[in-house]
Amino acid sequence: MEIAILGTGCPKCRQTAEVVRQAVEQAGVDATIHKVEDIKEIMKFKVMTTPAVAFDGQVRISGKVPTVDEVKALLAHDGKA
Amino acid sequence: MSEGCEKNPAGGSGPGASCCEGAGPGEASVTTAGVDPRTTAKYFGSGVLALGIWWLVYQGLFPFAKWFTFSLLTLTPGSHLTSAVQFFVFEAPKILMLLTLVVFAVGVVRSFFTPERARRILAGKRESAGNILAALLGVVTPFCSCSAVPLFIGFVTSGVPLGVTFSFLVSAPMVNEIALVLLYGLFGWKIAAVYAGTGLGIAMISGWVIGRLGMESHVEEWVYAAPAGGDEEGEVLNVSWRDRVHFGLDSVRDIIGKVWPYVLAGIAVGAGIHGYVPENFMAGIMGSGAWWSVPLAVVIGIPMYSNAASIIPVVQALLGKGAALGTVLAFMMSVIGLSLPEMIILRKVLKVRLIATFAGVVGMGILIVGYLFNVLL
Repeated sequence: MEIAILGTGCPKCRQTAEVVRQAVEQAGVDATIHKVEDIKEIMKFKVMTTPAVAFDGQVRISGKVPTVDEVKALLAHDGKA
Repeated sequence: MSEGCEKNPAGGSGPGASCCEGAGPGEASVTTAGVDPRTTAKYFGSGVLALGIWWLVYQGLFPFAKWFTFSLLTLTPGSHLTSAVQFFVFEAPKILMLLTLVVFAVGVVRSFFTPERARRILAGKRESAGNILAALLGVVTPFCSCSAVPLFIGFVTSGVPLGVTFSFLVSAPMVNEIALVLLYGLFGWKIAAVYAGTGLGIAMISGWVIGRLGMESHVEEWVYAAPAGGDEEGEVLNVSWRDRVHFGLDSVRDIIGKVWPYVLAGIAVGAGIHGYVPENFMAGIMGSGAWWSVPLAVVIGIPMYSNAASIIPVVQALLGKGAALGTVLAFMMSVIGLSLPEMIILRKVLKVRLIATFAGVVGMGILIVGYLFNVLL
């Protein structure tokens, strides 16, 4: 899975990246994480609030720092689908 | 409800260091619909109970402060120290309790709003009515200034007029529930109402003026070419009451956890002034007699970057030392409503002339409010 962290580099965005990294590690999912910091690139995901997290180009969280459990639940949910 | 964030030039620490306090419920990830109605009833029950306890404690604060000052510390009535201590012991828990209640209530209210929903309401609205609506939505929509750019793009690309977008962007940080509670607690409901009313007024009118000026060509060209953002309203509409309560509690933990030292500092300054007679040494430079004090306050305040809670001790000190209310209000509004970090962020989507116009128009509005109050009071 391709996970994108969308955010222009504010503290909450870095926090989000860290949470996602932990969740991926704990869930043992095979995923690559990359940060998208350029605003033009972020807008391609059609979000209005940052930080946001997208799985395979699909925005799953936006406007808040998720908890590790939330991200794990989403990973499990999307993995089954 | 806005904290400047990215690459915060004001030095990292303090409550401003992280943004998005109480950011929205976001896209409710895994759906939580279908919660047992009994759970909802239970939440309402404990809510009523909590409110009852809150009220009882609140009522007990004044007797407690008296008991603490006179019986426990056995201070003699009438001295400066006594009245300062009594003021602090009464005001500190009072304001923290008020703040907790209001932040919780605002958190619950905000769980009904998202930027996507605000945009849907505002898209295609005409100016004037749109400006009024945008200023009101700016207050209740969870928003942080690190989202200012995506939000701006999301608004203008889906047909929200430029001026209406600005009304939203001005009112969101300017009309702040923490400042409102603190002003109410420390100076009474009249000053709090004046602050909220004029803050909304400035947001409505300055957005309208920017719309009239027809500055669409001063938005960076690529913005209008960008795809409209945030087209999914998502599962946000399926938020249960349990989630709303949790959202309220989260914002209490986030916000109160960050601002309490500033609140206590503000009250301590207030207590000091309360106990020790003010010297009025500010009256000469910031009193209503000095015409240039209002523009000076605005010019100093605009680039400054601070959150509402940490500016209140300063407000308290200035007022206590004889500065005029209008001048102090103008200073406070320009500090929390406009900031250099926000303008730097907006530079990504706006050309310099539009940013300057934005700061100029809003600054002018604050200036008028400042003069108005110095003349009226």
